[in-house]
Amino acid sequence: MGVGIEVNLLNAWYGANHTLEDITLHIPANEATALIGPSGCGKSTFVRCLNRMHETNPIAKVTGEVKVGGVDIYSETSAVEVRRRIGMVFQRPNPFPTMSIYDNVASGLRLNGFRVRRVLDEVVERSLKHAALWEEVKDDLKKKSGASLSGGQQQRLCIARALAVDPEVLLMDEPASALDPVSTAKIEDLIFELKSQYTIVIVTHNMQQAARVAERTGFFLNGKLIEFDSTHKIFTNPSDKRTEDYITGRFG
Amino acid sequence: MSVGGTQHSPVRRFLQSRGSSSWADRSFRWLMVSCALSIFAIVALIATELVTQSELTLRQFGWKFFVGSAWNPVSGKFGALPFIYGTLVSSLLSLVLAVPLAVGVAVFLTEMCPKALRGILSFLTELLAAIPSVVYGLWAIFVLVPLLQHYVDPVLIRLLGWTGLFVAPDFGLGLFAAGVILAIMILPIISSLTREVMSAVPHTQREAVLALGATRWEMIRMGVLRNARIGIVGSIILGLGRALGETMAVAMVIGSSPTITKSLLAPAYSMAAVIANEFAEAVSDLHRTALIEIGLALFLVTIVVNILARLLVWAVTRGTPARTA
Repeated sequence: MGVGIEVNLLNAWYGANHTLEDITLHIPANEATALIGPSGCGKSTFVRCLNRMHETNPIAKVTGEVKVGGVDIYSETSAVEVRRRIGMVFQRPNPFPTMSIYDNVASGLRLNGFRVRRVLDEVVERSLKHAALWEEVKDDLKKKSGASLSGGQQQRLCIARALAVDPEVLLMDEPASALDPVSTAKIEDLIFELKSQYTIVIVTHNMQQAARVAERTGFFLNGKLIEFDSTHKIFTNPSDKRTEDYITGRFG
Repeated sequence: MSVGGTQHSPVRRFLQSRGSSSWADRSFRWLMVSCALSIFAIVALIATELVTQSELTLRQFGWKFFVGSAWNPVSGKFGALPFIYGTLVSSLLSLVLAVPLAVGVAVFLTEMCPKALRGILSFLTELLAAIPSVVYGLWAIFVLVPLLQHYVDPVLIRLLGWTGLFVAPDFGLGLFAAGVILAIMILPIISSLTREVMSAVPHTQREAVLALGATRWEMIRMGVLRNARIGIVGSIILGLGRALGETMAVAMVIGSSPTITKSLLAPAYSMAAVIANEFAEAVSDLHRTALIEIGLALFLVTIVVNILARLLVWAVTRGTPARTA
């Protein structure tokens, strides 16, 4: 089951560039939360701060507090432990090209030294079913490479890979932006299915997508969180003028 | 042909005057084909020259030349086996020593090294490749060999003497010294090529592994080395190629004794070294022809080793599914 995330006065920098300013919000457990905003507004940086991927860039810096399930991920635990609890799906599908489909899904468990064949088989099957990819790949699990699938299938494979380690939170950084409409629809259905069991944070450029999949939506602009509320409220009756301008297409 | 006013535009007139340009593509194609064919021609010329020039020994000893282990210019007995053995063993030994070191250097340079140090270190590794091999040989005779003889070999004899690979007597000069100097010489080739293929691995692969909760080493192993492994094996093959053919430095430290001994500390000989050492002094036709046939043997060994290496790559990657199915 998923856990909630509490963010308190989070600030992030890339070199001298202050990309996130004083972000404070509460992401509830077992719901989908969408983050929208124009390019460069800091929404991707924000999700990358939630699993400490931001700091893998040598010029990056973070201050503030991020509590995942009550544990501050910056002061009370290591980056490696955080990422074992929080799965991530990236903008461009990035399956491991030298591994089979099976090995791609099993990679997270194998990485942590898990070797029991029977359980691995089960986890791989369950994760691929969860990611709605099982039917398409079940006959070539060990024959085909992760890179031999289509773009949409690759992204679902990456979702299965993230689900295989049974994460408490699933972060998705524009997971459908490189995909065609059919694949996008599949990913959205998937998010709808998954959010009863996982806390999902999804960054998206596509406002209809946010409206379709998320209970809550946050609007970012120039490194600040302008508004965070129920998706319905954001899209029908936003309290901030800038949110309204953005969702009605007046800029961005 | 008059489309609006463009008919009179100088740009349009210029472009129309250029014609179909198909001759350019055709001649370019032939130029490239002849470049490619010249490779076949060169290999074929070398092979025929080596075979025709070694006719005398080929007739006298036949295929037994390649398995005979006598080498006596005075009594006119010639066999290539000790030289083939020396070349193969010293080259393999150099790989055993150089590959872990070179991959380690490459991993450090691409993944861990502070930026300020990276430039200097990669410059220094590449500088190693620019040193002439005779300088390596001199350095080996005056520095490396005494060092091995006094400090390294005694330890190896004590620890690994039971294998029979490191047993006294130890003169310093021999297969082990040749392997070490070769390892230093092929290190820059392997490490700089490995560094290239490692830095060509997309950043998204590293992120994918990190996001699964990998430590830095796990990220390097699964996200970088695994993706770069074919390129790394390729760089090792190139290093091996250099080691097989290396002449001067090996000739200076291998001990110049055409014998096959199990101990790596015993003096030995390599194919390239014997050609360099004896060609100028070969008085009889038979001796000179035998040396040319040693060249033929080196040519064949290089081809066979390259084929085996490629088969190895094929066998290793066969288990993994193709990128495009």
